[in-house]
Amino acid sequence: MSILIYAEHDNHELKADTLKTVTAAQAIGGDIHLLVAGENCSTVVEQAAKVSGVSKVLVADNAAYKNQLAENVSLLVLELANDYDVIMATALTTGKNFMPRVAALLDVAQISDIIAVESADTFIRPIYAGNAIATVQSLDAKKVITVRATAFDAVATDGSAEVVNLSQATDAGTSSHVSDEFTESERPDLGAASVVISGGRGMQNGENFKLLEGIADKLGAAIGASRAAVDAGFVPNDMQVGQTGKIVAPDLYIAVGISGAIQHLAGMKDSKVIVAINKDAEAPIFQVADYGIVADLFDVLPELESKL
Amino acid sequence: MSQQKMSSQPLRLVGKLQQAQLEATMKVLVPIKRVIDYNVKVRVKADNSNVDLANVKMAINPFCEIAVEEAVRLKEAGTASEVVVVSIGDKSCQEQLRTALALGADRAIQIDTDANLDSLHVAKLLHKVVEEEQPQLVILGKQSIDSDNNQTGQMLAALTGLPQGTFASKVVVDGEKVNVTREVDGGLQTLALSLPAIVTTDLRLNEPRYASLPNIMKAKRKPLDVKAATDLGVDLTPRTNLLKVTPPAERQAGIVVETVDELVEKLKNEAKVIA
Repeated sequence: MSILIYAEHDNHELKADTLKTVTAAQAIGGDIHLLVAGENCSTVVEQAAKVSGVSKVLVADNAAYKNQLAENVSLLVLELANDYDVIMATALTTGKNFMPRVAALLDVAQISDIIAVESADTFIRPIYAGNAIATVQSLDAKKVITVRATAFDAVATDGSAEVVNLSQATDAGTSSHVSDEFTESERPDLGAASVVISGGRGMQNGENFKLLEGIADKLGAAIGASRAAVDAGFVPNDMQVGQTGKIVAPDLYIAVGISGAIQHLAGMKDSKVIVAINKDAEAPIFQVADYGIVADLFDVLPELESKL
Repeated sequence: MSQQKMSSQPLRLVGKLQQAQLEATMKVLVPIKRVIDYNVKVRVKADNSNVDLANVKMAINPFCEIAVEEAVRLKEAGTASEVVVVSIGDKSCQEQLRTALALGADRAIQIDTDANLDSLHVAKLLHKVVEEEQPQLVILGKQSIDSDNNQTGQMLAALTGLPQGTFASKVVVDGEKVNVTREVDGGLQTLALSLPAIVTTDLRLNEPRYASLPNIMKAKRKPLDVKAATDLGVDLTPRTNLLKVTPPAERQAGIVVETVDELVEKLKNEAKVIA
């Protein structure tokens, strides 16, 4: 069995979630290679070569892959696919974007967002916003799989893989990058943080999210939000936790002024410890919370900050 | 003199007409899916074969509803000339097609099948519809809230060889191109795609309208074609085998604490998640 994993990166840094996808690949078993596609991404290649359990790093460093456009990346992966039985990517926005394109070009079904490997052809994945867990067998000879990183531990970074430079430069020529608008933050990445504090509609406005910042600083936490808070314009959309936003599974998740709709729970109910701060004792969030406090968040938050 | 005037008048009219046709010849295709209503708490069947959909409220997948709304807005803005909706499934999905017609789509196509389809099959059937209809833009939802696959739009783009703008929060048609602003992990990214193109919708693309009663009545007279999936020449042999569906692990019931002090104490000493 040989496995190709697409490395998630931003041309500067390898995303830690890739280390978790390697763990999922090890559960399938086989020779594991990483593909780094980007432009001027030598630091990513250095990091990728150290990922434990990886025997080879394939590097496609070319302007065609700078923005990892699905049209170009899928053609690159298609060219390499002959040599592999399994092609995997982390279920982040890049992987979700190009992988189904690869699957269709290879004429195979994709298994999305797996949370466990049962055997080399059978995988476990959540459906219906995590309200049911499906065991799915792939009947295709070649497997195309995306991995929910929060369901796996990261491998170590003490490896020394062989680095192979590829000469490919496939530009489909049908799409081009115009601009990026990234949210600046000093805090840990929402997907990787061990503590997450999220605000919902109960925060009332964007200004009040500042009340979460002091606590986040003290706990080294990332700040998240419910869809209601994003839709109301309190915070940008990339902070959204839920079925349609980010899936997180930190050690501690603090839900503040969040009722706990099905779609929000889908994104955080695998957190180790859940704390709910809500003045409505009937809010569904209390059904999944390990510790709940029924009180006004505007009283609780300053007190919590001062006592941490 | 007067003759010249006479002849220049119709010419100008023809010019205007041609211009109007150029402005709006864009056909938009919107595939939609019938799924369990998003508010329903699903139950897994006792034999663990699947979730129980008997007597459960069904609706248009929320992301597909956003796709329909975006297409109708393009038509209202004079960018699109026709909005065609398509759904794949048994007769019951005609209910969702009628809803889409009531929301402003012009005509509907049902690809009739009661088979259990993988996203790849759906994309292949949609590919046949795209070949026949030749739309300039196909707008799909980014994922269905039942299978949560997030695959079909991308697969359709691969099969048609068209560019894709997934997870769109803004779509601007500009001549031969469409600019799509996408919701990505770190924020937003804008791409320019040459038309024809495939777009999948994120939740923030728009706020879908409600169908008015007169529009619901009008929708009953709009054309709805039914085609058998088996006539489209697509191999529908299953590519995956659903072995088992189980409920997720239940969380242990927690406790309600009275004070912030008690909360901090529990987090430190009982749960040991903070130092």
